[in-house]
Amino acid sequence: MIRYRAAPPSTLRVFPLDALTLIYHRASGITHVVDAPVPEILEALGDDALTSPALLARLAERFDLADPDPMALAVRLDELAAAGLVERLCAM
Amino acid sequence: MRHVTAVRIGPIGFRIGSHWRGPIAAIEDLYAGYPAPDDGIPDFNVHLFAARPWRRVLRPSVHIGGDFVIPDAAPLPLAQGLLAAEMGMNLQMALGLRRYLLLHASAVERDGRAVLMTGISGAGKSTLAALLMARGWRLMGDEFVLIDPATGLAHAFPRLISLKNEGIPVAEQAVPQGRFGPMLLGTPKGTLRHLVPDARAVSAMAEPAEPALLLFPRFGFEAAERAVLPSEAFVRLTQSSTNYVNLAERGFEALTRLVRSVPSRAIDYPDAETAVGMVEALA
Repeated sequence: MIRYRAAPPSTLRVFPLDALTLIYHRASGITHVVDAPVPEILEALGDDALTSPALLARLAERFDLADPDPMALAVRLDELAAAGLVERLCAM
Repeated sequence: MRHVTAVRIGPIGFRIGSHWRGPIAAIEDLYAGYPAPDDGIPDFNVHLFAARPWRRVLRPSVHIGGDFVIPDAAPLPLAQGLLAAEMGMNLQMALGLRRYLLLHASAVERDGRAVLMTGISGAGKSTLAALLMARGWRLMGDEFVLIDPATGLAHAFPRLISLKNEGIPVAEQAVPQGRFGPMLLGTPKGTLRHLVPDARAVSAMAEPAEPALLLFPRFGFEAAERAVLPSEAFVRLTQSSTNYVNLAERGFEALTRLVRSVPSRAIDYPDAETAVGMVEALA
């Protein structure tokens, strides 16, 4: 099963503003303007490599999720992987 | 090039070379009160040239070149040579500036506090800046504001105020003693006339100011005003900066600091007089 790991913290500048959060990605030089749940996902991943269900369980522990949808989380993770903010690790 | 002049605007020095005397004479006349580049060394070169030798005299058309160029930029007729020189300087700033975060905005200052007014072309930035100058504000610039990433301070760039179309009579009335350039008809932006910034704007142009208010004006609507969240201000300012991406993390730091420390307001206005009242009430 695919596991996900956040980009190393040293490559990110996370800057919460108001409703939105700015993330400067040093590796690409791209500024991302993100809304919840992106900052929460990155924080929940921390230094760990988690599968999508494991991450969902961790998010459910920390937040009162109204509708914990594994598919929606998988889609978010793939978007973040495409943006370079999350790394996809394939199990061997 | 045969005809050459040099001028410093704010912290930026320019050397302008031309195949024709006309544009250089116009620049020297209107920028007469401005200093030369520091130590005589310009930051940027602008070239106004004919694409073929005979086009210097036969239907002369002015191509804009320099250290930084846009390929295939349309040339201007020689009668608009002054505009070509101004466009050439703007182009160097927009494409080449690395020392400051460049915001496409006009700015005025009072008591060390700068009001930055950004907005798309036609939002009335230049007219508004001219009117505020007439009311005793120090004009910092009608086109570009330079944010120093190291200090967060706004640096002035008081080039000639570029008045367009309906803004021209408004400014002529507000600044009757002002020095105006020639009326340039049929330019890519319609009718255009330059106004020389007043003596105070020029003498104080090396003095930076603390940004105190970010305004997003919009012309042609009923008077209205609303607060702008820092995140919206951030996104709008990245769009109005030509070198945000080039400055990389320094740009990110400068802009986040600006939107977090300075309040932002959006104002709609039906005419320049109303806008001046709104700005003065907010600042």
